[in-house]
Amino acid sequence: MSSYTITIGTIIVIQAIAVCGLNVIVGYAGQISLGHAAFFGIGAYTAAMLSTKAGLSFWTALPLVIAIGGFIGFLLGLPSIRVREDFLAITTIGINFIVEAVFRYVPFFGGALGIGGIPRIVFFGERLKGMTFLLLCLVFLFLVLLVCWWLTRCWASLACYAVRDEESAASTMGISHVRFKLLAFVIGTSMAALAGSLYAHYMQFINAGDFSFPVSVGFLSMLVLGGMGTIWGPVIGTLILGVLPEIFRPLVDYRILFYTLLLLLMIRFQPGGLLGEESAMRRVLAPILRRGKA
Amino acid sequence: MRLFIEQLLNGIAMGSIYALITLGLALVYGVMRILHVAHAAVFTVGAYVGLFIFQATGSLALAFVGSMVACAILGVVIERFVYFPLMKYPPFVPLIGSIAVMLSIEEVCRLVAGPYILTFPAKLPFPDIYAGGIQISSTLLAVYSITAIVLFFLWYITTRTELGLAMRAASQDISISGAMGINSHLIVSITFVLGSAIAAIAGILVGIYYNQVYPTMGAVPAYKSLALIVVGGLGSVSGAVIASMLLGVAETLLIGYANIPLPRDALAFIAMIGVLMWRSEGLLGSSR
Repeated sequence: MSSYTITIGTIIVIQAIAVCGLNVIVGYAGQISLGHAAFFGIGAYTAAMLSTKAGLSFWTALPLVIAIGGFIGFLLGLPSIRVREDFLAITTIGINFIVEAVFRYVPFFGGALGIGGIPRIVFFGERLKGMTFLLLCLVFLFLVLLVCWWLTRCWASLACYAVRDEESAASTMGISHVRFKLLAFVIGTSMAALAGSLYAHYMQFINAGDFSFPVSVGFLSMLVLGGMGTIWGPVIGTLILGVLPEIFRPLVDYRILFYTLLLLLMIRFQPGGLLGEESAMRRVLAPILRRGKA
Repeated sequence: MRLFIEQLLNGIAMGSIYALITLGLALVYGVMRILHVAHAAVFTVGAYVGLFIFQATGSLALAFVGSMVACAILGVVIERFVYFPLMKYPPFVPLIGSIAVMLSIEEVCRLVAGPYILTFPAKLPFPDIYAGGIQISSTLLAVYSITAIVLFFLWYITTRTELGLAMRAASQDISISGAMGINSHLIVSITFVLGSAIAAIAGILVGIYYNQVYPTMGAVPAYKSLALIVVGGLGSVSGAVIASMLLGVAETLLIGYANIPLPRDALAFIAMIGVLMWRSEGLLGSSR
């Protein structure tokens, strides 16, 4: 593989991890989040600060990054219990703007210059770059997908689905919607923080602009395209939206228009995404899958 | 003191412009319960269409009328083709659709008119006023008077006409009002026509006030006006106007006097989170 393909692949895998996290919040718990890039950024900045200022290695910093990401997700998830869906959407947009502004204007976080000189990840004495780094990201994506798969199987997810579909009915059955909304927020934001940490160590230089609101819209487009609430949806959505612009390189000027029109058409005609319930692809594949089982 | 009054006058002008943009959003939220983020894109289109008509004909009146008509049509198209079919899904589905519409329109503006900042060299037919050493420029006066006219017009329509009665009924409960013989879909469309035409006025005013028209001019108002309708109370038009005025004045005065590390654009969201924690139904909202 050429280094060009590896670079594209690495970015796609890192984004897929973040989108999986968004899927836990939006797809599983039904809580709209339009500020996911903020959590991605919090992960990246935490990792960058810990490695450049505190001198920790990626591996010792990782549990801290995930814990801090999860904790901030918990704090920012608190409004979600208090406010209705519409408010939550606006609140998360606001969080994205405020977090970006803090990174950009507080000198402690490098200000407008961002943070540079983030070291590469060292694994058994070897500095990971190129192919080996891609492999590491793939391992993390695999772990994240395992957690997602486990979430759809375990009791907590059934509770989550119940909360998503009918909150009041779920609470009559003794399911605390507070606990599961918060749980979804914590898991989703820690995944975003993990992705952010990988991103920081891969780019070696980060800047507040990398985590602005359009990035959140990008994550959401990937999720909507792939299918909210499915396991493979985030991966497929990220893959398609990551690869297509590279294929259509000559049309680079129309890229954002293409992204947004695709998002518009998907949400208008297939709100469930490519792999969601009642989607066209699922309808085509269902008879084949059923025959396979029988 | 003179500086303070001039800052205050500028703040009120900012607030008036915010109010003109936020009005449409509050109206639409009232009848449809949809966060119409794409409203800011309508505002951008309004500025561009106004500028192009002005450049072609040289008549500002024609620019206002043409841009209002174009935006009204655009608003109804968005409503018919995007929002109406998505009404049956949970609220975040039309919201995502709205963001997609907004970004696509922004991109179309960029591709058609180019990514540059265009100037809007129009002179509004208002006099400069000097009173006690304080100057009120013609642009400020135009912003004040046009906002006042629009607000009066809107107040008259919603409280003194049958159409307004139907609109208020639809915003209380759209299905019951339908059962009472009100053509609720028509009411929704009329709401979009009104809101979008006002956005066109706001677009041209902003274009002249800053002498700038560019593709992403709607981005900051888009999110700020979302925060404003929350602060004002979702669906409350008067609340939205009051919140806009307060924000305009607060922003201008804070920039002038306090040295805060955050950019002024974050202020709206900080106010919003404060309001959500303290009085979650907003300044004038009812707790439904």
